[in-house]
Amino acid sequence: MRLTPLLAFTPRGIHCPIADVYIDPWRGVDRAIITHAHSDHARGGSGHYLATPVTKALMHARIGADLSVEGLGYGKPVTINGVRFSLHPAGHIPGSAQVRVEYQDEVWVATGDYKRQLDGISDAFEPVRCHTLITECTFGLPIYRWKEPVEVFAEIDAWWRGNAANGVCSVISAYSLGKAQRVMTGVDPSIGPILVHGAVANMNTVLQDCGLELPPWEHITKDTPKERFRNALVITPGSALDTPWMNRMKPYRSAMASGWMQLRGWRRRSNIDRGFVLSDHADWEALLLAVKESGAERVIATHGYTDLFSQYLRSVGYDATAESTEFAGEAGADGTEGTRSVDPVIPALSREGRPETNAS
Amino acid sequence: MTPEATLFDALDATTATNAKVEALAVYFREAADADKLWVIALLSGRRPKRPVTSTQLRQWAAEVSGIPDWLFEASYHVVGDFAETVTHIAKLEQRMERSLAEWVRYVEELKDLSEVEKATRVKAVWAGLEGMELFVFNKIITGGFRIGVSQKIMVKGLSKATGVDEDVLAHRLMGDWAPHHTTFHDLVLGANEGDDHSRPYPFYLAYGIEGPEGTAAGAGLQDLLPLGDPREWQVEHKWDGIRGQLIVRGGQHYVWSRGEELVTDKYPELEALRKALPDGTVLDGELLAWKDGAPLPFAEMQKRIGRKSVGKKLLADVPVIFMAYDLMEHDGTDIRQRPLNERRQLLERIVAAAQHPMLTLSPTLAFTTWEEIVAHREHARTASIEGLMLKRRSSTYEVGRRRGDWWKWKVDPLSIDAVLTFSMQGHGRRADLYTDHTFGLWQEGQLVTFAKAYSGLTDSEMKEVDAFVKKNTLERFGPVRQVKAELVFEIAFEGISTSTRHKSGVAVRFPRIARWRKDKKPEDADTLDALKRMAAALPTAPNDL
Ligand SMILES: [Zn+2]
Ligand SMILES: [Zn+2]
Repeated sequence: MRLTPLLAFTPRGIHCPIADVYIDPWRGVDRAIITHAHSDHARGGSGHYLATPVTKALMHARIGADLSVEGLGYGKPVTINGVRFSLHPAGHIPGSAQVRVEYQDEVWVATGDYKRQLDGISDAFEPVRCHTLITECTFGLPIYRWKEPVEVFAEIDAWWRGNAANGVCSVISAYSLGKAQRVMTGVDPSIGPILVHGAVANMNTVLQDCGLELPPWEHITKDTPKERFRNALVITPGSALDTPWMNRMKPYRSAMASGWMQLRGWRRRSNIDRGFVLSDHADWEALLLAVKESGAERVIATHGYTDLFSQYLRSVGYDATAESTEFAGEAGADGTEGTRSVDPVIPALSREGRPETNAS
Repeated sequence: MTPEATLFDALDATTATNAKVEALAVYFREAADADKLWVIALLSGRRPKRPVTSTQLRQWAAEVSGIPDWLFEASYHVVGDFAETVTHIAKLEQRMERSLAEWVRYVEELKDLSEVEKATRVKAVWAGLEGMELFVFNKIITGGFRIGVSQKIMVKGLSKATGVDEDVLAHRLMGDWAPHHTTFHDLVLGANEGDDHSRPYPFYLAYGIEGPEGTAAGAGLQDLLPLGDPREWQVEHKWDGIRGQLIVRGGQHYVWSRGEELVTDKYPELEALRKALPDGTVLDGELLAWKDGAPLPFAEMQKRIGRKSVGKKLLADVPVIFMAYDLMEHDGTDIRQRPLNERRQLLERIVAAAQHPMLTLSPTLAFTTWEEIVAHREHARTASIEGLMLKRRSSTYEVGRRRGDWWKWKVDPLSIDAVLTFSMQGHGRRADLYTDHTFGLWQEGQLVTFAKAYSGLTDSEMKEVDAFVKKNTLERFGPVRQVKAELVFEIAFEGISTSTRHKSGVAVRFPRIARWRKDKKPEDADTLDALKRMAAALPTAPNDL
């Protein structure tokens, strides 16, 4: 084994010292590979980026048009200083990728965020063989087991239909990139119009320009007539939930679609009427399957219940460790399912329910 | 899915009271009587005895889940609820189908089995049910059944389904009944009323006198004048104890607390009243810690509330008396429909005849004008008086909280009942105790943080709260733990103002814990709106804090 590892955890992010490339760095670096366009993974300030074409388009829209991003299709290799990099579908959101890193017969894979369920909008997760796997484990506890998405969408449809029959607007809080489009694609559009918040509209447009097909949707503006909301499904980021922006939608019921909704406690504390368990991350079984199918002997757990997940992997014979990815506390503040750096137990709920830690 | 699983799913899926009532009404119209009876029992806190220990359950759960013990424990820690943890982890293999009543019997029959057999049967269920059905079973076997439905909501749903008046139902569902000894028909439709000697009457609860802004703050003479002629009113102190009902029937005595809890054994000194009172007597009054002719501070009373059995020392240090203020049953007859002045005369006679130091009469105040009452209230604050009670002399004894004839008028409006939501470890000598608490008030079914308070508890209460926090942590946020919404505290403060910096929209000045309201359930805590109304009613509140 080499003295310097192929990938190392540094204060700036996951670093490949031989190629001097960072994966999802959280501070500015010269060269970065970005797994996907969620804000806790794709940040501005770096000199040059490498990402899938969809992620590239999203980064231009979300971070800045002048960003220097090179688009790289799935499976196509790029070699930097003898290190071969390639991107492989992660199934997390459109454009999301795992990063395969190969150097002198040694292969590492950094998964980024991933799921194994098909969501109708992302390329299916592809198991990639490697020696060392760096895996996320946002939901790395056996209490997290997802239902089939079709069951969840049947629940959402029934809820929407019931509200619509009573002239009550249905508002779903879903992250504007990924979850929002997944919800739009999964529901039955014959129930009523799908109306979206501006943040969702922006992402819809970028993704449609990339070729993603979405059911008809409307951007909510000042001119949207009040009657339009009566049988509508409104999709909004959590940050707009129950703000004055929603006054026109009254009467409405609110819901959240997230893996955290699996726990009654989180459903209860999130100030919403309904919680739908719909995650863009792998559940416990899917994480274990991904580890197994990678063929890796060494596993490094990041992002989530890292200590517990790696401890479990050790107990079943893997050489597993936990590494923290210091996502600077911003992760998930806008409603993604990402976890905070300090404590993996904290789901990203943006509203009431968090204490102010300073005395007021 | 069983009708109960459908019901509990519906109850769990909504925070809206109307939707819960509707789901219950649908269920009570359609389900089988034996199962309905158990739903009523479970939702009113009656449940089969636990046939297994939690240690056994945790061991078996780790065994069936195929994960190491420590991982099960860690999962449990994250979920915060054993029944739910097992529900998430267990895997369906061989489906089992039974009705709710049959499941209860299944649980009860475990009692006499060997440990091995118990384990086999419990594990069979964990592999035989999933989702809400499994959750319900786990709740039954672990003994707790809190699912966000108050008894009041359940009664509303039941009333809607059966057409029986809510008040009548509330009374029928009180007392010491058990599903084994009654039927849905007898209990709900009242076929065998009067069999149960221990059955209490629902308490009559007063609303607060409100000032122009809808709270006690700022209430004054002008708010008493609408009550009319002062001579039509009886005014007493509002005692700072525990509301209680003392029943003497069939040679037995029973003591009920307002929380509908049979607390006879907690107050053994009151047993003497069984002989002092005529059979067929039911008194409404206050359980008060009382010594040497005077009330003890509420903190002393607290020592008695939490204890199941009372030692000799505590009994000597903190004796409890019954301060009677109403008579509900006389000579075995329900006299709640007779006017208060008649009930009061009978009560005075009974208390005088009893001549017992453990039974006193709540004194009435002599007054002729409302001005005297206003003045009296201003000087009323002592250790054990919370304010005044105003009761119309012609009033009948009503069920539940009603406006019109009974009013309470608290002394100090600047306090509110809030639920403990977060705790942080203290500093220095208390570094390993959770002593810095955050409190929430209700708003649309959620608790919104409104104040933090560090002081006001005794050392032993502090330890008790610390133990609660450690046992009931839902999440950790660095040094802060979010806890199960369960403990209610009265939070006192010096002033309130509206604030844009606080999520609640209201800031309170110098909040402190006035006392631990062990007699209150989280759903009895106050709303954020009540606090806002208080703020609006205070003319001199400083602006932002
Ligand atoms: Zn992501
Ligand atoms: Zn992430």
